Amino acid sequence: MTLTSPPILLSLIVFLPALGALLVGLSPKARDELAKQIALAFTVLVLALTVYVAIPAPADPGAIAPSGPETSSRFVVGAGQMQRAFSIPWIESFDIYYALGIDGISLPLVLLTSFLSVLAMAASWSISRHVKAYCVLFLLLETGMLGVFLALDFFLFYVFWEVMLLPMYFLIGVWGGPRREYAAIKFFLFTMFGSVLMLVAILALYFSSDLNRLDKSQLAAAKVHTSVLKEHDPGGPPLHTFNLLALAEQGQAKDSPFSAELVWGKSIQWWVFLLLLVGFLVKAPSFPLHTWLPDAHVEAPTPISMILAGVLLKMGGYGIIRICYPICPAAAYELAWLVCTLGVVSMVYGALAAMAQKDFKRLVAYSSVSHMGYVVLGLGVWTITAQTGMSGDYWKMGMNGAMFQMIAHGISSAGMFFLVGVVYDRVHHRDLDRFGGLFGKMPVYTGVSMVIFFAALGLPGLCGFIGEVLVVLSVWNYSQALAVIAAFVMILTAGYILWTIQRVYLGPEYKGPHGDALRPMTRRELAIAAPLLAFAILLGVYPKAVFNYMAPSVDRTVDALAAWAAESQDPITGAIGSGASAPPGSAGLASLRPDGPWKEVEQP
Amino acid sequence: MESWIPLLLVLIPVLPLAGAALTAVLGRPVLAGRSHLPVVVGIAGSFLAAAGLVLAIHGSLPAGANLPGAGDSVNAGYERTVDLWNWAVIGGAYHQPAGPDAFVMRDFRIDVTLRADPLSAIMLAMVTFISLLVAVYSVGYMRGDRGYWRFFAYIGLFVFSMTMLVSVSNFLLLYVFWEAVGLCSYLLIGFWYERPAAAAAGKKAFLVNRIGDFGFALGVFLIWTAFGTLNFHDTLGADGRIVAGVLGEARLEGGSIGIGGGTATWICLLLLLGACGKSAQFPLHVWLPDAMEGPTPVSALIHAATMVTAGVYMLARCAPLLLATVDGQMAVALIGGFTALLGGLIALTQTDLKRILAYSTISQLGYMFLGLGTGTVLGATAGMFHLFTHAFFKALLFLGAGSVMHAMGGVVDIRRFGGLRRILPVTHATFLVGCLALSGFPLLSGFFSKDLILVAVHERAAESGSTGLYQWLYWSAALTALLTAFYTFRAFFSTFYGQKQIPHEAGGQAHEAPRSMLVPLVVLAVCAALVGGYFEVTHGFADYLQQTPSIAYLARQAPQPAATGGHREVMLTSAVIALAGIGLAAALYWPRRSAAADAARRAGQAVGFYQLSLRKFFIDEVYQVLLVWPGLAVARASDWIDQRIIDRLVNFVGRVPPAVGAAIRPVQNGLIPFYAVGMVFGLLVLLAAVLMGWGWLGT
Repeated sequence: MTLTSPPILLSLIVFLPALGALLVGLSPKARDELAKQIALAFTVLVLALTVYVAIPAPADPGAIAPSGPETSSRFVVGAGQMQRAFSIPWIESFDIYYALGIDGISLPLVLLTSFLSVLAMAASWSISRHVKAYCVLFLLLETGMLGVFLALDFFLFYVFWEVMLLPMYFLIGVWGGPRREYAAIKFFLFTMFGSVLMLVAILALYFSSDLNRLDKSQLAAAKVHTSVLKEHDPGGPPLHTFNLLALAEQGQAKDSPFSAELVWGKSIQWWVFLLLLVGFLVKAPSFPLHTWLPDAHVEAPTPISMILAGVLLKMGGYGIIRICYPICPAAAYELAWLVCTLGVVSMVYGALAAMAQKDFKRLVAYSSVSHMGYVVLGLGVWTITAQTGMSGDYWKMGMNGAMFQMIAHGISSAGMFFLVGVVYDRVHHRDLDRFGGLFGKMPVYTGVSMVIFFAALGLPGLCGFIGEVLVVLSVWNYSQALAVIAAFVMILTAGYILWTIQRVYLGPEYKGPHGDALRPMTRRELAIAAPLLAFAILLGVYPKAVFNYMAPSVDRTVDALAAWAAESQDPITGAIGSGASAPPGSAGLASLRPDGPWKEVEQP
Repeated sequence: MESWIPLLLVLIPVLPLAGAALTAVLGRPVLAGRSHLPVVVGIAGSFLAAAGLVLAIHGSLPAGANLPGAGDSVNAGYERTVDLWNWAVIGGAYHQPAGPDAFVMRDFRIDVTLRADPLSAIMLAMVTFISLLVAVYSVGYMRGDRGYWRFFAYIGLFVFSMTMLVSVSNFLLLYVFWEAVGLCSYLLIGFWYERPAAAAAGKKAFLVNRIGDFGFALGVFLIWTAFGTLNFHDTLGADGRIVAGVLGEARLEGGSIGIGGGTATWICLLLLLGACGKSAQFPLHVWLPDAMEGPTPVSALIHAATMVTAGVYMLARCAPLLLATVDGQMAVALIGGFTALLGGLIALTQTDLKRILAYSTISQLGYMFLGLGTGTVLGATAGMFHLFTHAFFKALLFLGAGSVMHAMGGVVDIRRFGGLRRILPVTHATFLVGCLALSGFPLLSGFFSKDLILVAVHERAAESGSTGLYQWLYWSAALTALLTAFYTFRAFFSTFYGQKQIPHEAGGQAHEAPRSMLVPLVVLAVCAALVGGYFEVTHGFADYLQQTPSIAYLARQAPQPAATGGHREVMLTSAVIALAGIGLAAALYWPRRSAAADAARRAGQAVGFYQLSLRKFFIDEVYQVLLVWPGLAVARASDWIDQRIIDRLVNFVGRVPPAVGAAIRPVQNGLIPFYAVGMVFGLLVLLAAVLMGWGWLGT
């Protein structure tokens, strides 16, 4: 096993920050600068490793599905399946494996995480209390975040999910603003609430899963560990699993074990979907589970706000696309209206609430609620309807848009929180009515802010536009009313962002205290803002850079779900996922053609 | 020549962008007072390239087939496209029915493609020409401003965006640059950011435009669902088949745009909403007068000659779509005709020289919409022709107004200065040319183009089966012409004639502008005087424009109204109207101290209508009450709900567990007998349950 083989390299990516935390912990006392430097060095190292993984590997067939152990961890661009995956026994008696892997959905988020971690760590130089502890927690947080995006075992996913929670709690609760304890406990309880529901769902899935229903090739595709293959015995006692890919295979099987009824006439997957959805929507955050976010953001120190908005919120969207939809397609189809409605309500409500804010940071926080609504909406659009014979292809656009929006929002929201932090460091207040005239005092800062804020506004040519337009365009095919509302939000967004710019940057003079502290940006601040600025523009001008990585995997996910829907479509009612298996011969996309299913019904 | 087209197409936007980038980077630290150099040079190069493009296309046009109806050969028009790079592609995102039981999968594919056709070429040449003159003018006008370099960087960015807007070949990219010019407009209106009014005006412009863009975006979505492509031109699909662009030859040659009925009407109405935003048509016209807070060269370039005509350009480009829906045509004509009248009425009483011109722009843009709304090839040509001539004389008038402001120390109120013709002789002469052209004085450019629109409306009205709408619109347009002549010369006489009056802001040294400002004025004046007549005589504009695929389609498909022979009458009428308007203004405003004129003016001011016009029909106030306040109220309500209901609910849930704990804590009282009693009771309950057959308790 070489250093570049996936088990080593991917593990390094996840655990290097933890190692860094250990090192920081061992570093001599009262050497705050050194602690920060070590932490920054480790985040940079992790970024380098993730960038290495993202360098496109030669796309020879052996690179994706090798016969022997893999020696390279580099990503094969253009291939949609899970790559560089591996599985190592961890708690075998409970079928828990240490399984990691990357695909086009996780890799961009991994890159975003390591990228923002570097910037946030660089922005942490203003932290002066308990620096060592801060750096340790920060690095542990990074391990948790990267683990969540890379984990392929549901239990492992849950562990990382929780690992990430605790450092965040302390980072807000110790280094936050005046009401930090309230905000931290609120964040903790909200997320804990979601986690508990997730745990129930995980167990429900585990106990109803059965690997024996899958054939050998499916097991191999799901990267199930070889020891399981030996136990594999169709007809034998159920073989439970936490493997996310295997769970998805079962969820999309014709007679899914998750379709059994649980309570109140609803299937296991219906309940599981709902539980997971709540858990993930807390994180996203979606209306009405969002109220922890403004408080957490207002109290969190600037770098933690960057991480919170840039990465943590994305875990909600990631969970939905990676877990909810593939594993519980029938429930997802049934509840698509709920997801879409919550998405649209979040968009409108977040934008309206943002407009009413007086606190700069609160405003940005509510804008996150609004922008993440696009993500939820784009994920929720599922237009496979028997009436029109459409397949899930419009959904591809929605999902691609949602994924892009996650990356774009990661850039723009982290940028906005950083910029708020820059001015807060100088004047120590965030009251929107007591700013003004910053253009004259901090011209470069204002220029950078304008670009980042316009990116959030969804100005074409900057990163925020593409995600929004793809999402709304695909929603148009799901429900025109929702699309009109979604498109209307862009007016509201422009409203609150332009009003903010007017109140903060324009105008004759600065109206608040500490006016003489408004010095131009320092080099360090510029060095943090410049990469965000560059990516905000780059992703707007050349969005394909992201789509090249992302689209194959998203398309593959959607195609799989479309094929599932085609198989399980009820030929008479056109209902999907009602549990009745489709008649023979209607498999595949063919049955989606306008006359497909009907023809067969009409035949005697 | 044709082989040059790709290079020229790329150079036109790239040169100004390069200039802007150079100025943005080097402007403050290095160039300082020379910050205009990169941008002016870039725009000049861009103009040369655009002129080359016009000629290159002209040389490539098929000879002989250029007159509609000249032969049986189908004239599909001329277009060339250049693919630059692929912007985004989502595989298999559209299902197009291709027969009874089959469909083709289409990609959602957006390529950055530039197109060359006569319509684009005319727009490019006009935009770069006016931009060049305005940039040169700004060298003098903006000299000494703290944001000198910033101004030129913005201007360069604007020219890039605007040239891209007219050369892209895709609705989504059109939308992209539509917003980009809006951004430049926002930045330039708020250029003097320290003025609260400027900052507010920039925000208002952007927001009102966003309302239009909302409609535009929905229109683009509808186009996507209806056509499965957003390209204007045809492309080769992945399956080797031609994907007919919305306005591509493959579709247009078939003689049908492929949609009709409700879809076509909705698409046109939504695009119209977008056009109304950008081109400041009622009900979205309110931003343009406020936009005058920006520097005057900006008003001339962006808010008179170029950006605000983007809506007209788009409608001309989409003329085939408009042809598919009579309702859409009537909506465009009605909006245009009404806005023209509204703008004229408001301009009558304004006292701010720039705002008079702004309302005049709104009004003239209304004329262009009216022309396009006729749905005939004559109307479309006339609309574009008016766009072309208007660019010259309106830019001239704004730059002239800028020259006046320059001399008057920034004062724009026409009541505060007068009799300036001797102090500003060049400005006076060129301004006069502009005013005559705008009023439609015979043989100047505005006369011919406005006249053509009136003819088009007149013909449409005479068409059998037409509703009375166009007849009404014709009379309203004629009335607007009278108003135009009157308000233009009211401003002119008030400024340059009557008693000499100079505000104290001028500092007692009012003088003619520097040469860099006068040269553009003279060039524009010559153009404003001559372009109309030149093209009227040679027919060059119409013939050239009709080689555009969209317009050529119109020439083939639109019903050609029988020539009513009313052309000369219309021309005569409009000449008389123009002279009447000018005469009326002269009578009232030339002799400043005439008692009779004073009395007449005072009588006019006593009319209630005067107040209505002065207060702009209270449209801003109505919007404030109907849109802004409710919007803010809903926002506050959302915030209230968030804090007082949702969050309190959350906190309440948070308090439940401690409360429950507190409630049952007494049970844990530590008394052994109490626990023993509890155990006994528990046992009894369980026993009873088993005995009564509550099986579920047992399992």
